[in-house]
Amino acid sequence: MRKIRSNVQKRRLQGVIIVSLLSSLSFLYFGFLKPGKDVTTFGFVLNNEWVIIKEWVIASQTGARIFSAISLVASAIAMFAYKKERTIVVPVAVASFGILMSFLTWIASGKFIPFTGLLQGGLLLSIPLIFGSMSGLVCERSGVINIAIEGQLLASAFVSGVVASVTQQAWWGLLAAPFAGAAISFLLATFAIKFSVDQVILGFVINVLVIGLTDFLYKKLLIPHQNTWNSPPTFEVIPIPLLSNIPVVGPIFFTQSIVVYLMFAIVAGVTFALYKTKWGLRTRAVGEHPTAADTVGIDVNKLRFRNVIFSGLIAGIGGAFFTVGFVGAFGKEMTAGAGFIALAALIFGKWSPIGAVFAALLFGFANNLQSTLSIIGVAIPSEFMLMVPYIATIIAVTGLVGRVRAPAADGIPYSRGGAH
Amino acid sequence: MKNLISRIGQSIKLPGLSFLMAFTITGIIIALSDEKVMNKIGSPIEFLKSAGASVGNAYLALFQGSIYDNRLAKSNFIEGFYPFFETIVTATPLILTGLSVALAFKSGLFNIGAQGQFIFGAIGASYVGFHFNLPIGIHIFAAAVAGMFLAAIWGGIVGFLKARTGAHEVILTIMLNYIAGYFILWLLKTKTFLRPGRIDPIAPEVAESARLPLLAGENFRIHAGIFIALAAALFVWWLLTKTTIGYKFRAVGANSQAARTAGISVPFVITATMMICGALAGLGGAVHVLGSEHALNADVAGSLGFDAITVALLGRAQPLGTVFAALLFGALHTGGRMMQSNTGVPLDIVVVTQGLIVLFIAAPVFVRYIFRLKKLNASAALTSKGWNG
Repeated sequence: MRKIRSNVQKRRLQGVIIVSLLSSLSFLYFGFLKPGKDVTTFGFVLNNEWVIIKEWVIASQTGARIFSAISLVASAIAMFAYKKERTIVVPVAVASFGILMSFLTWIASGKFIPFTGLLQGGLLLSIPLIFGSMSGLVCERSGVINIAIEGQLLASAFVSGVVASVTQQAWWGLLAAPFAGAAISFLLATFAIKFSVDQVILGFVINVLVIGLTDFLYKKLLIPHQNTWNSPPTFEVIPIPLLSNIPVVGPIFFTQSIVVYLMFAIVAGVTFALYKTKWGLRTRAVGEHPTAADTVGIDVNKLRFRNVIFSGLIAGIGGAFFTVGFVGAFGKEMTAGAGFIALAALIFGKWSPIGAVFAALLFGFANNLQSTLSIIGVAIPSEFMLMVPYIATIIAVTGLVGRVRAPAADGIPYSRGGAH
Repeated sequence: MKNLISRIGQSIKLPGLSFLMAFTITGIIIALSDEKVMNKIGSPIEFLKSAGASVGNAYLALFQGSIYDNRLAKSNFIEGFYPFFETIVTATPLILTGLSVALAFKSGLFNIGAQGQFIFGAIGASYVGFHFNLPIGIHIFAAAVAGMFLAAIWGGIVGFLKARTGAHEVILTIMLNYIAGYFILWLLKTKTFLRPGRIDPIAPEVAESARLPLLAGENFRIHAGIFIALAAALFVWWLLTKTTIGYKFRAVGANSQAARTAGISVPFVITATMMICGALAGLGGAVHVLGSEHALNADVAGSLGFDAITVALLGRAQPLGTVFAALLFGALHTGGRMMQSNTGVPLDIVVVTQGLIVLFIAAPVFVRYIFRLKKLNASAALTSKGWNG
């Protein structure tokens, strides 16, 4: 026990040291050694929200120094908190934010950064990831590994696009999508639970099948009959009265389409249900110790089956976001690995709903930062920026954020008498 | 004798039935997505006839495009085997990447990273191939070794990180695949790799001296890479069954706790396995570039890394099985092209077939359930390890 504790502490110390080093580095490099020569402009207003500041112009060098100084102070507080054995999450987060802002002011010297737009775009990119990671969460907390998130997303994106196109109603697309996700889930659940197929291999194969089938149908039906099969309408943005007028927060959270509001509801619902309801307790019990759960009368495999189907319903809405929620027409393999990033977000977030959401937001933000920076034209090759989320995932899973541990029975088929 | 026949029968029952089901379902999809067939939905007999014709034509094109096409045999019958030679060309890198995944399975690792390792193999081979001037033979060897070396490092990273931190190789390899994909995009824009006079991402062609010799003359693309692939299969078989280190690999794959208790260094095995896997997939990349592509481009790996996984799963992670599985999937892909151009059935349907075959092979209980079999030899079902494994 003592050894585990000291390991956790060692990792925390590593984290604090890395943040401190980065802060010092950004202070020296962005602030003194290679400062930006021009001014950096941050834009805050996107739509018609109440204006407090429209734009903020600051000399790149001064800005970088200020933000780095903030992160240096935060690092010092983090070190202090570590010594006192208090939580270091807040100061480390502040320090990371300072480093990031310092980097932004430095790199965008002489350029314009649409700050609110950057965050709003980041949220949009993370929406399928959040749906995907919620889908994975519901599966994996009950003990079924879900590598097939990609397949769930892609299949439901396809179906919602086609249904919305044929009916010319975005609503029908949104309604059909969860059924597609659930159909993929049914395949996963049947083979994983009923026929005890290895779940990692199974998930992989399901992805192959969905990719093959959607590519096939896309070429065979959607391309030749673009107008009937692949011209779905998209949902309008619904600004929430008053809330959408709050500066910065309004355009990001309250000027979105129905799919995004559904996501807020689902994240809140899943988090509440997992920790506060009978279903949640049973799910966690079955995921950690199915034998014990069985002993007190929970039908392990039935619960798992239901959870896997439920996970498909959630992922389905995420799939609908790709077509009726955002882009419109379905494109070949349009999910482009979002399912895998969602899976990484789940692991990064240590299989907790809030953690997974934050990890997904981080990936979405990193991705959007990359495209914003390449649009305004900075010197870093966009390919390296594109690598950032993946490198971040590797750093995360190799334990910088502390050892991650999956639900104990995750991936192990259950049969009475312990024949696994 | 009777016993032997029944044993062989038992061992091909599962693959046979899986093929049957996979091709049946694929056929249904082809028929239902064909407008000519669906127009006849009014009269059942006409509908079935036209469905049969549609599927029959597609499968005939699949065969002609991958094995033998009598229309090509103009001067002698060898020419009719042109599609089969193409199948071998497609299968060659698949064998090597498939072996990479298969070997990892034997040590209990699920190597999704063949894609990235393949890319680095192709990069190394391409660079040595176009940048240096070496004598024939030595040049090929040097290029292949360079590719294998880079790929072994790329694979080794996974093994090292897993051994040190316990991070799961599935996540690590997926992430490293993306990183490798972006890396090659960037690399092909650099001065060293961009072909002079071009702006699209393509590297210079490798020197003549670095190209693998053609086996059947200029008119056929078949090259000596197939022998390299077969030799690699032999090597993997030898490694796993005849050497101590292979024994350790299998021991860790079977039960890593027991292996640790027996004094085997699990971190060493994991790292070594992933390095060898990387080298195998990298050799695949090298052979692909030196044998048939001759120039590195951004899409050099295509979907080879993922096909490799289905190949290894179908081959049950056995070296010989992997070779046959790669030939089969190579045939599906090669024939799929002919099917696409002749009958308008998109090539992507073979990915569905591939997925279905692997799904059924991985689910012997399901096959037994469908066909109401009492006995089905399925002792060697593959497993991976969950997140905590």
